[in-house]
Amino acid sequence: MGYPYSHDLEVGTQLSRHFGDEKARTLEGWKELGGYATLPKALEMDPDAITEVVKNSGLRGRGGAGFPTGVKWSFMPKEPNGAHYLCCNADESEPGAFKDREILRWVPHLLIEGCLIAARAIRAEHVYIYVRGEFFPFSAILRDAVVEAYEGGYVGENILGSGWSCDVTVHLGAGAYIAGEETGLMSSLMGGRAEPWIKPPFPAQSGAFGRPTTVNNVETLAAVPMIVEEGADWYRQWGTEKSPGTKLWCCSGHLERPGTYELPLGVNLRDVIYEVCGGAPNGKKIKAVIPGGSSTPMLTDAELDCSGCYEGMAEAGSALGTASPIVMNEDTNIVSAMRRIAQFYAHESCGQCVQCREGTSWTAKILHRIETGEGTAEDLDTLYHLCEQMTGRTICPLADSVVFPLLSSLDKFKDEYEALIKR
Amino acid sequence: MSDAAKQITLTIDGVEVSVEAGTTVLQAAEHAGVVVPHYCYHPGIPSRPAQCRMCLVEIEGQPKLQPSCVFPAGDGMVVHTTSETAETARKSVIEFLLLNHPLDCPICDAAGQCMLQDYAFETGQLRSRYAEAKMVLGRDRVAEDILYFGDRCIVCTRCVRFMEDIAGDNALVVAQRGHKAYIDTFPGRDLDHAFRGNIVDVCPVGALVHEDFVFKARAWDMDSSPGICPGCSTGCNIEVNVKENQVVRTKPRLNPDVNSYWMCDHGRRSLVMSNRGVRAEAPLVRQGGELEPASWNEALAWIAGELGDATGIAVVSAAASNEALFYTRVLLDRIGIEGGTFQVEQGDEETLTGFPKLKLRADRAPNVAGAELHDFKRADGLPDVPDGATLVVVGDALSNAPADYGANAGFFLYVGSHLVPAAGNATAILPAATIPETDGTFVNFEGRVQRFHRALRSPGVARPAWMFLSRLLEQLGGEPGVREIGDAFAAMATGTARMEAMSWAGLGLRGELLSEAGQPAVAAE
Repeated sequence: MGYPYSHDLEVGTQLSRHFGDEKARTLEGWKELGGYATLPKALEMDPDAITEVVKNSGLRGRGGAGFPTGVKWSFMPKEPNGAHYLCCNADESEPGAFKDREILRWVPHLLIEGCLIAARAIRAEHVYIYVRGEFFPFSAILRDAVVEAYEGGYVGENILGSGWSCDVTVHLGAGAYIAGEETGLMSSLMGGRAEPWIKPPFPAQSGAFGRPTTVNNVETLAAVPMIVEEGADWYRQWGTEKSPGTKLWCCSGHLERPGTYELPLGVNLRDVIYEVCGGAPNGKKIKAVIPGGSSTPMLTDAELDCSGCYEGMAEAGSALGTASPIVMNEDTNIVSAMRRIAQFYAHESCGQCVQCREGTSWTAKILHRIETGEGTAEDLDTLYHLCEQMTGRTICPLADSVVFPLLSSLDKFKDEYEALIKR
Repeated sequence: MSDAAKQITLTIDGVEVSVEAGTTVLQAAEHAGVVVPHYCYHPGIPSRPAQCRMCLVEIEGQPKLQPSCVFPAGDGMVVHTTSETAETARKSVIEFLLLNHPLDCPICDAAGQCMLQDYAFETGQLRSRYAEAKMVLGRDRVAEDILYFGDRCIVCTRCVRFMEDIAGDNALVVAQRGHKAYIDTFPGRDLDHAFRGNIVDVCPVGALVHEDFVFKARAWDMDSSPGICPGCSTGCNIEVNVKENQVVRTKPRLNPDVNSYWMCDHGRRSLVMSNRGVRAEAPLVRQGGELEPASWNEALAWIAGELGDATGIAVVSAAASNEALFYTRVLLDRIGIEGGTFQVEQGDEETLTGFPKLKLRADRAPNVAGAELHDFKRADGLPDVPDGATLVVVGDALSNAPADYGANAGFFLYVGSHLVPAAGNATAILPAATIPETDGTFVNFEGRVQRFHRALRSPGVARPAWMFLSRLLEQLGGEPGVREIGDAFAAMATGTARMEAMSWAGLGLRGELLSEAGQPAVAAE
């Protein structure tokens, strides 16, 4: 069921049931597996009724921020005075996350169906699936699926004889982390540099090509068909009141069974790490977990007993993010790990905001110095100061993404920093 | 109709200010007399990325600091631009900007007028905590005449956005990203737009410098005077920067009715080039076949004696001031010469999509409309001089004349600043000050009368043409000569129907349209 490993705690919804099954990639195979069953129903529904179902299901954005999807859709103008667009964010660029690419490569038609239903709900006439440049082989699978869907009458003019038309374009990015931020994605889609823009204007007012646009994550859109098919209450059988449903967990690092698992939200994080993934190999202890992709605060082994949902992880002082725990065993040098993370963000900063452009690289350089034994006691003060000045000062949260893990590592593993400085 | 924009009132640093709804906090602060430091925001460039994060201010009720350049002012809003949080954030931005900055102020052309230097000084951080090696980008040439000092660049992208938003040419881009970002031309593209020089003016630091200005003058060594560009009939308002009596640089001066914040590269070069040529430095009169120097009194008295009622022709320059042309007309009337012509050099028109009113116009002279106002006629070439006739030339109108032009004239009065070959045929030469050496007015293509001010000392005893022509008229029995530009302008306004209501002081620095300006004096479009 799961991929590549499976576990009893897993829920096998349409989302992950067919991972590893090549049959699901083709239109014919996908139809045999029950695909494209919801689209005809959605075409008969009022667009606002679709939004209402999704709103009631409590589905929250799977790209990391967790904004309620139905609410986001309801921001779109109800009576279009021109084109509306849906952008599917398949730029999955967060280190530690590898869920969207599983959807792209195993169940591309599920994503297309989800995109179409969402497009119907927000009255969009064109769907842009923005795929991360490095996902070249997966984008080829998706492109083949889109071609098949056009041929099958599921995409394009007069879809399934409903009189409604909608196009789907697969757009390959050029490889920038920040193209995963919605305004950065749209800047890049429009042919510019992937530079986020300051809101307002919000995408629902003026997004891609200056038109009302909604940007949704791949996993979010892939969950839409089953929600519309089975209803909000069915979806709410999993998860918590505020975080209903299931979620693809991408577990990586020092684990016995790393992989992508569909687990209900609200699952205990310790269970995810130790039960589902079997803990660290070779009987090692776990030192730290970055639970939501590299941009979230670190948790120590003792802090793992928390509810794996949006509000639960916030209570634990971290964030669910993309539910991508990166596990580090007792042999890990936290300063090195943090330096590598900072280096990544310094490399990926788009260079607009001063705090991010200069701050991320400065942070990486200081960490590198501490790591190589050249650090001074003042460096820690400087790092704390940088954390303060890089939080909430910039257009997008990339600078904050360095601060979250950095600040938590400084607080929780200060002895490691000090040991390297004293050496 | 209640189209009147709604007024809102807010408090900025304790100062209450009323502004129109839709005004940004930064603009409202300007009304309140509060300067919010900023880099990426430029009032003339429409796009506002809010990326320099220098203008972050604290707004009560907002959880985070907000960029005042884009944040709309709200009714009842309370803004603190100097609260501790805002100050710390600003100080921090400066520290970040200086991390990789070479601190080469001692050799930087922007020193003394650099926003980074000013704010760094203001926030007062003597030492950087940065212990790492600085990035070195070096120097590049982004256009044939513009240098880019990458290390000084703070990537505010004003230059890129000027080219995109105003010039409508995306030849300039940000290359690379993050701390490696720098400004460069798009691969395969040249930055050759006719208005590219403005990127140097919008640069808040010393990253972009004109090659013909680099290392020439420190900001504090230059004097600056308001002028009008003589490059074409648009009449861009400019600032003339002078060092040691040489024009070293011209920059656009804001006039929303004419050129906004911009000017073209042709105009930018026109005054700097006026330093060239051989100047007439003293009155010269022909004595025994040779041109001999004379004092002003001797020369004017002698000319007044020689110039009787005469038949003859007049040639003027469309780059002469209105005042010079006015006194020329009075002089010609006095001695009985009718008409008079001028030539206008023609060139390609260049447009600026983001501010369409501003063009490099085909008429490459600043006072075509003024010459026509004073009844001179545009001509394609120089008129033939009938043998023995009187020839009066005012302004540098003979720069492309054949060397023997005017040799057959009976009396040839040359009033000009440069000793061109044909001037050697003159019976008398009166040395005139050039445009940057005098005060005066031009009339631009749409009939706007604009003042320009003296920026340079004249060589020798050269004087403004209006001054000595009025004295020559006095010698011929007219009104007393004038010594002040205000008086010259007043005399002209009295004698010129479409200028009747104008005064030198009243024109101010933004100029005024000629009356009946509904009919442009020149069909320039």
